[in-house]
Amino acid sequence: MKVRAQIGMVLNLDKCIGCHTCSVTCKNVWTSRDGVEYAWFNNVETKPGIGYPKDWENQKRWNGGWERTSAGKIRPKQGAKWRILANIFGNPDLPEIDDYYEPFDFDYDHLKSAPEMEAFPTARPRSKISGERMEKIEWGPNWEEILGGEFAKRSKDYNFEGIQKEMYGQYEQTFMMYLPRLCEHCLNPSCVSACPSGAIYKREEDGVVLIDQEKCRGWRMCVSACPYKKVYYNWSTGKSEKCTLCYPRLESGLPTVCSETCVGRIRYIGVMLYDADKIAQAASVENDKELYDAQLDVFLDPNDPEVIAAARAEGVPEDWIEGARNSPIWKMAMEWKIAFPLHPEYRTLPMVWYIPPLSPIQNAAEAGQIAAQDGMPDVKSLRIPVQYLANLLTAGDEAPVISALERMLAMRAYMRSKTVDGVINLGVAKRVGLSTQQIDEMYQLMAIANYEDRFVIPTTHREVVEDAYDLRSGCGFTDGNGCSSGVSQGKLFGGRKFVTPKDGWQ
Amino acid sequence: MHGFIFGIYPYIALSVLLIGSVARYERDPFTWKSSSSQLLRRKQLILGSVLFHVGVLTIFVGHLVGLLTPLALLEAMHIGHELKQITAVVVGGVAGVMALVGGIMLIWRRLADPRIRASSSTMDIIILSLLLLQLCLGLLTITVSLQNLDGGEMVKFMLWAQAIFMFDANAASYVEDAPLLFELHIVTGLTIFLLFPFSRLVHMLSVPLRYLWRPGFQIVRSRKGAKNHPAE
Repeated sequence: MKVRAQIGMVLNLDKCIGCHTCSVTCKNVWTSRDGVEYAWFNNVETKPGIGYPKDWENQKRWNGGWERTSAGKIRPKQGAKWRILANIFGNPDLPEIDDYYEPFDFDYDHLKSAPEMEAFPTARPRSKISGERMEKIEWGPNWEEILGGEFAKRSKDYNFEGIQKEMYGQYEQTFMMYLPRLCEHCLNPSCVSACPSGAIYKREEDGVVLIDQEKCRGWRMCVSACPYKKVYYNWSTGKSEKCTLCYPRLESGLPTVCSETCVGRIRYIGVMLYDADKIAQAASVENDKELYDAQLDVFLDPNDPEVIAAARAEGVPEDWIEGARNSPIWKMAMEWKIAFPLHPEYRTLPMVWYIPPLSPIQNAAEAGQIAAQDGMPDVKSLRIPVQYLANLLTAGDEAPVISALERMLAMRAYMRSKTVDGVINLGVAKRVGLSTQQIDEMYQLMAIANYEDRFVIPTTHREVVEDAYDLRSGCGFTDGNGCSSGVSQGKLFGGRKFVTPKDGWQ
Repeated sequence: MHGFIFGIYPYIALSVLLIGSVARYERDPFTWKSSSSQLLRRKQLILGSVLFHVGVLTIFVGHLVGLLTPLALLEAMHIGHELKQITAVVVGGVAGVMALVGGIMLIWRRLADPRIRASSSTMDIIILSLLLLQLCLGLLTITVSLQNLDGGEMVKFMLWAQAIFMFDANAASYVEDAPLLFELHIVTGLTIFLLFPFSRLVHMLSVPLRYLWRPGFQIVRSRKGAKNHPAE
């Protein structure tokens, strides 16, 4: 047993209102720079839809993630190492920027500088890459917002696999949900495996996956390797960039910017202990549908004395073990089993999990006829097809998703009886296999969702690895120029000259 | 002038190449990259880039082996200069045409595509133009070579190149009567060496061959090992 700690996240899709606050705050902090205007470390998509970049879930097209070979081992879907290197001069699996969208700004100045004319002046889009006029904006990080576009196009969504989808194109039958997406900080990251330079790495102490900007050479294999398309190539610096899980905030015990600013309070962050020795085995189980269970099996129970002893032996700090015991992620993923990994079939063992959304009962006219037991409708009658959610979250296995939806419905029914009728409805709790205490806890965490319950983040322990004395008069945060004075005269090696933040880049 | 260009300029170019590359790698690793523009425009890149890289690498290795193999070794292996010259002309010719075709596709794309044009640095354009010029000069030298197939001319260049690496003060004298095309080819080549550390060509030194025998797939970094290093 090799105990490691990982910061995980759960997003409660049942409460996501699709406001994009997470995306905007993330963009303002991390990607409002040249070369990554098109990159959204966090974006919110409306499902069903093909998403951003286009069709990202379709690995037959992009070859992201892992595949299981006939020998029972896994290797990147792009191919063995030599195969990846053979594509270094031209990567056939790399999306073009138009698959994301051509970044643009509007000619706002024209609004005030235009001469007097018959029609009102307009602010037309202009490319941020070439500076040329763009006649039409073709795509974006939330292009299919709230069922935008024709169903025929949106229904190319990979999650319709095995579903008779035609009926969902009809107005009366349609459904939608929001899917906020960010880097999954996988236990078995395929971006790391595909980086020829070895620039991408997973941090041992918290599992955050980062790209060493000084070691990245821009071979861009990681962009293809990530099945979630959450590694972005900065076309200006020629380096790849990705979500950092706001590690400077995490290290001081603060939630990521996207989580902090989530108005729906749908995000949860906490520690999970896992057995690093089990990863290879869990990622290479034969049947895709077993991957979800295999990943559950990798997690270690933080209340088990044996696990605690092993964690201590591995040097996991005491407050991290404590954090794992109070982890909202553990409760949702392991105890209540209401949160699921996004596309476990990519075999990356992702660590940003999702609680599937409930949805209205399909047809109001039918509502009265639906067999409701203990005040709970059949989840099969919910508007969002269970199979669709299962394709998204459990590689198509409906049973765990049904159980999760039932537990959420049960929580509502139970709380309704308790608060409205003043009756403890033991039947409904029993039907979904939860104790009344568990339902109360679920209610507290999911409905009330207090800040300190949502974010249980132990601070990092630099004192273990660093001598604070060495940090005295350090240069703090730099921009890829080591610890120089920050003034590089000219551009001898093609780099950009850093001026004071006030003056900005020149 | 001849003495400077063929006796001293090589040392200047190689020194700048060496010291410049080390300095850049040390001082400014953030700028050390391949600068791929594939994301911005896929069209023409894959074919152009593959042709160009395969061609140029073949030629580069060919020149290294061709110029720097000691004459004694060639004799010991019973490889005649005629055979060597014909091999060089054929392999170099084919690879040269590949690289030229690929290079023309790349420079066309770089100059004509507004996205690539806007995101190109001046050095990107200078270095690619120089490489194309060099490819043309190299291919043109074949016409000269074909007039005399005994391999004697090539021996002169081998002696010159090896003399440079042996710090032979008379290096320049070996190529005293070389045809103008060859001289231009050499000067352009040395200039490319000179500009190497200031251009995107440095990515050549980072060929990630280590990847092939990197153990396993995953990389985990631990802070534990960093204990004794002062923070940056």
